[in-house]
Amino acid sequence: MSEKQLIRPYGDRKDDGVVQLSFVLPVPVSEKAKEAAAQVAKKLGLSHVLVASMEAAGEDYSFFVVYGRTHLQLDYGAIEVPVVAHRKHPFDELNDVIERDIGRKIVVVGACIGTDSHTTGIDAIMNMKGYAGDYGLERYRMFRAINLGSQVEPHALVEKAREVEADAVLVSKVVTQRDVHKEDARTLVDAARQARIFDKTIWIFGGPRVDHKTALELGFDAGFGPGTKPSDVANYIYYRLLERQGRAPAPQPTAHGTPDATIQGAEKP
Amino acid sequence: MAELFVEPGKVVRARELAQKAARGVQSFIDRHSTVAIERTVLRLLGIGGAGARGAPLANLLVDKLRDAKVLHKGAAWWMGRALKASPGRDPLQAIERIAARPEKLPPLTPAEDAELRETIRADARAAARELRDKIEKRKELKRSLQVGSFPGAPWKYVIVATGNIHDDVEQARAAAQQGADVIAVIRSTAQSLLDYVPHGPTTEGYGGTYATQENFRIMREALDEVSRQLGRYVHLTNYSSGLCMPEIAYMAAAERLDMLLNDAMYGILFRDINMQRTFCDQYFSRRICAFAEIIINTGEDNYITTADADEAAHTVIASQLVNEGFAHLAGMPEELIGFGHSFEIDPAREDTLLREFAMAMMVRELFPRSPIKYMPPTKHKEGDIFFSHAYDVMSDLVAISTRQGIQLLGMMTEAMHNPFLMDRYVALKAASYVYRAARHLGDEISFKPDGIVARRQREVFDKALALLEEVAKDGMMAAIGKARFGDTARTETGGKGLDGVFERAPDYFNPFLEILESDRRAEGASGRAPLGGEGQA
Repeated sequence: MSEKQLIRPYGDRKDDGVVQLSFVLPVPVSEKAKEAAAQVAKKLGLSHVLVASMEAAGEDYSFFVVYGRTHLQLDYGAIEVPVVAHRKHPFDELNDVIERDIGRKIVVVGACIGTDSHTTGIDAIMNMKGYAGDYGLERYRMFRAINLGSQVEPHALVEKAREVEADAVLVSKVVTQRDVHKEDARTLVDAARQARIFDKTIWIFGGPRVDHKTALELGFDAGFGPGTKPSDVANYIYYRLLERQGRAPAPQPTAHGTPDATIQGAEKP
Repeated sequence: MAELFVEPGKVVRARELAQKAARGVQSFIDRHSTVAIERTVLRLLGIGGAGARGAPLANLLVDKLRDAKVLHKGAAWWMGRALKASPGRDPLQAIERIAARPEKLPPLTPAEDAELRETIRADARAAARELRDKIEKRKELKRSLQVGSFPGAPWKYVIVATGNIHDDVEQARAAAQQGADVIAVIRSTAQSLLDYVPHGPTTEGYGGTYATQENFRIMREALDEVSRQLGRYVHLTNYSSGLCMPEIAYMAAAERLDMLLNDAMYGILFRDINMQRTFCDQYFSRRICAFAEIIINTGEDNYITTADADEAAHTVIASQLVNEGFAHLAGMPEELIGFGHSFEIDPAREDTLLREFAMAMMVRELFPRSPIKYMPPTKHKEGDIFFSHAYDVMSDLVAISTRQGIQLLGMMTEAMHNPFLMDRYVALKAASYVYRAARHLGDEISFKPDGIVARRQREVFDKALALLEEVAKDGMMAAIGKARFGDTARTETGGKGLDGVFERAPDYFNPFLEILESDRRAEGASGRAPLGGEGQA
């Protein structure tokens, strides 16, 4: 347990607790509406409430920008969030260590499952080009990356993973209305269990509304949110594979001179 | 402003190639029909209801005819035949009866067959007249009101997507009062993959609201009211894409929609719909749009949400020219073709504003009479609403100063959730400000003939031309097979909906196609529609 580290929102002076809010109330603009907005803020626990702006957003709606101060404080040290933690090898080095430690190409199958047609995420990770200057899995000599694209049924994805003996399956979900992403993820996990490939495959969930914690809860090995680079995923898969083979690597210098890594993360909560 | 720095000869050449590519597919289209086209014909003939469990009657009938393997003669013919065999019966029962044993039907004499066709043709003409009346009513209302915030301002286009048509109405009304010129009701996720159009008003949807004829009617009625109240016409748009392109086009025409997303290739590339199916469906749907004077919005903006906007810019231009070729073959005048593109270059790079100016001006000038549909950034949106508004304002600036026709305002909450009331409000307020502040900016500035903008245009156009050379040589279908558009490869027999495509019989009968293609019959192939457009000045 780490030491107490109390923090509060910070606007202009440390610990002033300032927050800014914007919202709409379904009433026409009026002094009464303004007071209603101030009361919303007060009931949220804010003091020093300032309704900075009230504008008519159509006849029957008022748009507000409100500032206030919150008195809450929390112990930052007490917050625990599981994260995918691993050391990272640069591109060439990762290829080399995979060749050395795994001795064959790592097979990865990826797809947007269910009705989702937003392939931006899966493409960013898998396609040759990659994302933000970071090469995609297809570019790695030691990865065989199979991108099934959009609107893939969970069963079809499992079938493909079994057919190619995938080491890892990457699932991307962008549409999250009514938690449809969780529903599809559960269907996938069930299908994988039935096909008896759940335990021997690494399951990775990605998307803008996905975090590692949710992914773990759904039965996946890891979750990757926005900003994830292909090299994060590539390194994660490599270390996870080693770990699953009971061969978490001993630190040793590599051909590139950087210290080899030891897997640190992905512990289940 | 809108300057074009590309050699005119190259533009002429590119257009010829694109038209050649579209014509290459047209001969296929002219020999085939689809279940969606046949359902549309039945709907035009009055089969608009739904069966006991909500299945549209048009689907039930067309499925029966397909299962009986007689659909290649045209659903309209069978409708005539059924009514002749069981006069007075309801059409569903009549068709069910004959579809069960089509071989048992006594053959018709040539005179009887001709009479049957004439009877149905008369019905079709009456239905077309009725449709025409509704369209005239729509145009009349629009003529009586102000259109857009001022002449030359892009139409401000916003989306609603609550899933509940009645909530959509509330939000659309508020948006109109805040200055929106176009309301798009986003469809429920994956409706494009349904091979039927749901029936009736709907209050549940995922990420959007089902497109149904009744939902169209409810929204148009509300917008009529708010248009009259504001003295400014508020347009309504929806999506004629997916597996029901022609049916949606018909419903939109009947319910007085003003615009439709309609792309010759979008469904193939982004929804993995079979290309034979899409090519046939886009043709018939565009014939309806031409008749109903509905502005179509093509979907090139999507190419650069998948591929990199800077590297794939030429695919946008090439596809627009191909879309133009297809639209002309479907009788659409320039004024009804809203070519799509978008402001999508990675904001982390330098001089993106100049590169976006280059693209926006090039599209504007390549299609000077068309209402260009300009999309805001989406791909690089990351959840910071404050930065998002700043980013969108850049797109507003390019839109007003290059005279884009229709501007979708920022998707401020892209990657998070559907836009909230306040997001739409701030986007409309900012766009109004930028349009006002930069109203004549475009008239005052010009770019260096050899500067970044000019060079960028030439570079992009040269690549587009090279792509079109290849497409014209290989043919459209092969080019799509090689992932030439939107970084996505599709095969001729892959994708969804191929089983709904069939070859027309030599005596195939489609009285609506006859009406919709009247210009073709009069002037020979690839003529223009006789109807004038209603695009922006």
